[in-house]
Amino acid sequence: MTAPSAFSPPPPWALLAELTHACPLHCPYCSNPLDLARRSRELTTEEWEDVLRQAGELGVVHTHLSGGEPLLRPDLERIVAAAEDAGIYTQLVTSGTGLDEARLAALTAAGLRSVQLSVQHADPRAGDRIAGRAGSFAAKEHAARLVRRAGLPLGLNVVLHRGNLDAVDALLDLAVAWGADRVELANTQYYGWGLLNRAALMPTRDQLARARQTVERRREQLAGRTDLVWVVPDYFDGVAKPCMGGWGAVSLTVAPDGTVLPCPAAASIPGLDPPGVRDHPLAWIWRHSPAFNRFRGTDWMTGPCRGCPRREEDFGGCRCQAFALTGDAARTDPACALSPDHHLVREQTEADRAVAPPYVYRRPGAAPLPAPARAAVTEDA
Amino acid sequence: MTPEAASGWRPALAPALRLRHDPVRGKDLLVLPERVVVLEGSGGTVVGLCDGTRTVQGIVGELAERFPGAPVAATVPAFLDSLRREGWLT
Repeated sequence: MTAPSAFSPPPPWALLAELTHACPLHCPYCSNPLDLARRSRELTTEEWEDVLRQAGELGVVHTHLSGGEPLLRPDLERIVAAAEDAGIYTQLVTSGTGLDEARLAALTAAGLRSVQLSVQHADPRAGDRIAGRAGSFAAKEHAARLVRRAGLPLGLNVVLHRGNLDAVDALLDLAVAWGADRVELANTQYYGWGLLNRAALMPTRDQLARARQTVERRREQLAGRTDLVWVVPDYFDGVAKPCMGGWGAVSLTVAPDGTVLPCPAAASIPGLDPPGVRDHPLAWIWRHSPAFNRFRGTDWMTGPCRGCPRREEDFGGCRCQAFALTGDAARTDPACALSPDHHLVREQTEADRAVAPPYVYRRPGAAPLPAPARAAVTEDA
Repeated sequence: MTPEAASGWRPALAPALRLRHDPVRGKDLLVLPERVVVLEGSGGTVVGLCDGTRTVQGIVGELAERFPGAPVAATVPAFLDSLRREGWLT
């Protein structure tokens, strides 16, 4: 643990605002924690307005208004306006469900600058199956049309896995048809819900190789029209990703209850004791809180990371992944081929999975509970 | 002078972009979805004149008055063209 010191980190560029963990969709790779925050614990309108004012003063330039589904917050327009007042560029990160013309007009009037829409598959039925909600694909198609008509930049975000990697070509056709300026093809990150569903989501090496070829071919075709971003499948590449651009280096996440984290998954790390905006100013949290200083820089590194020439490039990979797979958040990310734990990742990519298990859909209470709590639930049932 | 700069083009910031001063970092920024471009030197001043009313020659003339002796005629049209190729000016 690092004591508050005279060292002051550079200011953060971006803030991910998880306005609520409630969501009409139930995607099995959701980036929200398994322990979803209750609506009664959510920050109030005034608290979010204050967070965004503080964020602007701290140097935040971008905010991603996300969830869960941020459109479920009836005060979203006021939160957008607060960001705009603080000089912060806003992007709505949405499933599209619940967006209509009047709502989008109100958000745009409040200062909304851009929209990122999640897409699960190019085929409506397959998309609805992954999202766990009938009609979700149609809602997205409608939302994309509204965003284009309003003249806002549109990005599509597709989490890639076994169930949609073979549809990358069709997904890019869909992006062009919907008028997207940007497509993010993000291979699944296996923490939280993604880790719980890892066996169902893990693709084959062949699937990935074909998708990569498609992306390279389409990237040339789409150059100058649609930006194509490929988020690497770190389990397969043998190279750790520079997670979040480094711990507490570029951005921060504010959870629905005001807990502030270096990344959306970091609440899973035991003993982190993440601070909250209800107890501390955002500037203190960023600069001085033990949680934000815990893995800053390179002094905390262990194993092959110490002295590795890549340590300032990948920052040791992902702390949440190191913890999830080894039980120790300070170990080298097992995704790195140099990690002594790399076999934990290889076993997963090489496992023979002719038939994938069914999804555990993201829902409050759907994740396995600690043993005593599970016993209690069984008795009640 | 490059073809675009000579053709009566009146540069304007693309709708998705925002030009702002960042008092925390002491820099002018171009902010886009998912991206921030830090404008060094007087880049922000040049982009600030791109409001769709001025021609490239008009922008050069105004900057030449404000910064006597600076090589604006030689550098500004190429700078504007580079922003246009990125899609940041229309």
